[in-house]
Amino acid sequence: MSRASTAPALDVARVRADFPILTREVNGRPLVYLDNAASTHRPRPVLDAIEQFYTVSNSNVHRGVHRLSQEATQLFEDARATMAGFLGADAREIVFTRGTTESLNLVAFSYGRATLQAGDDVLLTHMEHHANIVPWQLLCEQTGATLKVVPITDAGELDLDAFDALLGDRTRIVAVTHVSNALGTINPIAELARRAHAVGAVIVVDGAQGAPHMAVDVHTLDVDFYALSGHKMYGPTGIGVLYGRRALLDAMPPWQGGGDMIRSVTFEQTTYNDAPFRFEAGTPNIAGAIGLAAAARYISALGLDAIAAREAELLAYGTQRLGEVEGLRMIGTAAHKAGVLGFVLQDIHPHDIGTILDHEGVAVRTGHHCAQPVMERFGVPATARASLGIYNTHAEIDALVAALAKVREVFA
Amino acid sequence: MSDLRDLYNDVILGHTKRPRNFGPLDGATGSAVGFNPLCGDKFVVRVRVEDDMIADVRFEGEGCSISKASASVMTETLKGQSVAEAKRLGLVFRDLAMGNIDGAQRLEDLGKMAVFSGVAEYPVRVKCATLAWHTVEAALAGSDQPVSTE
Repeated sequence: MSRASTAPALDVARVRADFPILTREVNGRPLVYLDNAASTHRPRPVLDAIEQFYTVSNSNVHRGVHRLSQEATQLFEDARATMAGFLGADAREIVFTRGTTESLNLVAFSYGRATLQAGDDVLLTHMEHHANIVPWQLLCEQTGATLKVVPITDAGELDLDAFDALLGDRTRIVAVTHVSNALGTINPIAELARRAHAVGAVIVVDGAQGAPHMAVDVHTLDVDFYALSGHKMYGPTGIGVLYGRRALLDAMPPWQGGGDMIRSVTFEQTTYNDAPFRFEAGTPNIAGAIGLAAAARYISALGLDAIAAREAELLAYGTQRLGEVEGLRMIGTAAHKAGVLGFVLQDIHPHDIGTILDHEGVAVRTGHHCAQPVMERFGVPATARASLGIYNTHAEIDALVAALAKVREVFA
Repeated sequence: MSDLRDLYNDVILGHTKRPRNFGPLDGATGSAVGFNPLCGDKFVVRVRVEDDMIADVRFEGEGCSISKASASVMTETLKGQSVAEAKRLGLVFRDLAMGNIDGAQRLEDLGKMAVFSGVAEYPVRVKCATLAWHTVEAALAGSDQPVSTE
């Protein structure tokens, strides 16, 4: 991660004060929340933006001539502009979705279905979340295209030589995660985009674990599609974004039909709305979009470079402290990593680890993390995963390590 | 909050470390695979039924402490029981794991299974404890379908 030396450091105490949930206790102990890769919490400005919308301007968008509808439409479209700014895109390139999963499905079933033919290849990697695997499997079943998978190394890094070998004239789509949710690996997206474009393929990036933790500029990365989820970046659940390069979105057919995505409807013929509205059938998650924009403003104000620097420092500390735990094996040791600490401990099942940590007030995720191929690659049925966010502290890492000592004690 | 030892008691930990009746079973008359997608627990339970009695029952596979210990205790509990009694005990165990057992009334009925009474305090772990019991029921019924807790 390139860290801007000029970025002011994150004031974590102030950040924590913005998150009401962090004051609660679990089992009589202060909550130590280390499950941010599954879902983050929401700061006061996000909660306020949602409440403000429901208490002041609540209405449907793009329809009414009345005052509330105009205000709701304005707030919703302002949210789109905010998300465009957040990603370095144009507002016409921002589609609101239910989240990363829906964003990736949208690309598969609109762009993919219109583009792919039998004999074409879709290139994935072995570290993808199920959300960036299954839509492409479905698409390949429907079109006769072939799914190809780039292997990963023992450290959890992409095998770039294999990537080059698998990439070819038949490759139409490269779908890759920005940051692995199970391993923390940060992929070299700009470089992968360059290679994908060299063979005429488009690159689709699962940004669910990228956007909350580092500055993302879709033009610098030169990606064609970038998907993110609100709830992983301190915004609401049920809202996400698909960035799509404008020329691509403009040419893509609708994928869901309904209100708002049309210009005119008769039983003989329906004329579709322009992108991005063409891809937003039905009443959208208006409050969600407004909350997501508030979250984007919140982390932008903190500074994504400052966030990345802070999380890199905490990751280094966590890696060092976990390394001191006897019998602990890290899963995911890429040189270029985001704040994900995946591990197994002796032969203790991660679910037992999770229950005992919870007893100590420490929330981690245990299981396969919707990345079963990653588990299979590392020969484990599951891992325990501590994942970091903007409010985590060194003391919380210490609490995790102390709780792991309890785990070893129980299973001694 | 219950003490952690109510769940991870010495009997359960003992069965985790040294599961009984673990391994293949020759001459099995029925078998089933049980899978708990939440934890990735996966066990095969095999039974040998003779004259409606469970002559032998063994299990194999991988899982968390609770699921493995439960499978182990189950095999000890069921060996020598009739098929009908095994079904009844399965229902008793499910009640136990979900906290539906009323006090000392049925304690003599629970036998070794009683060590799992702490599971009821951990709702997400109930499926771990009951996996082997669901699976043996399928094995006894001669079902070929894998059992899933989801």
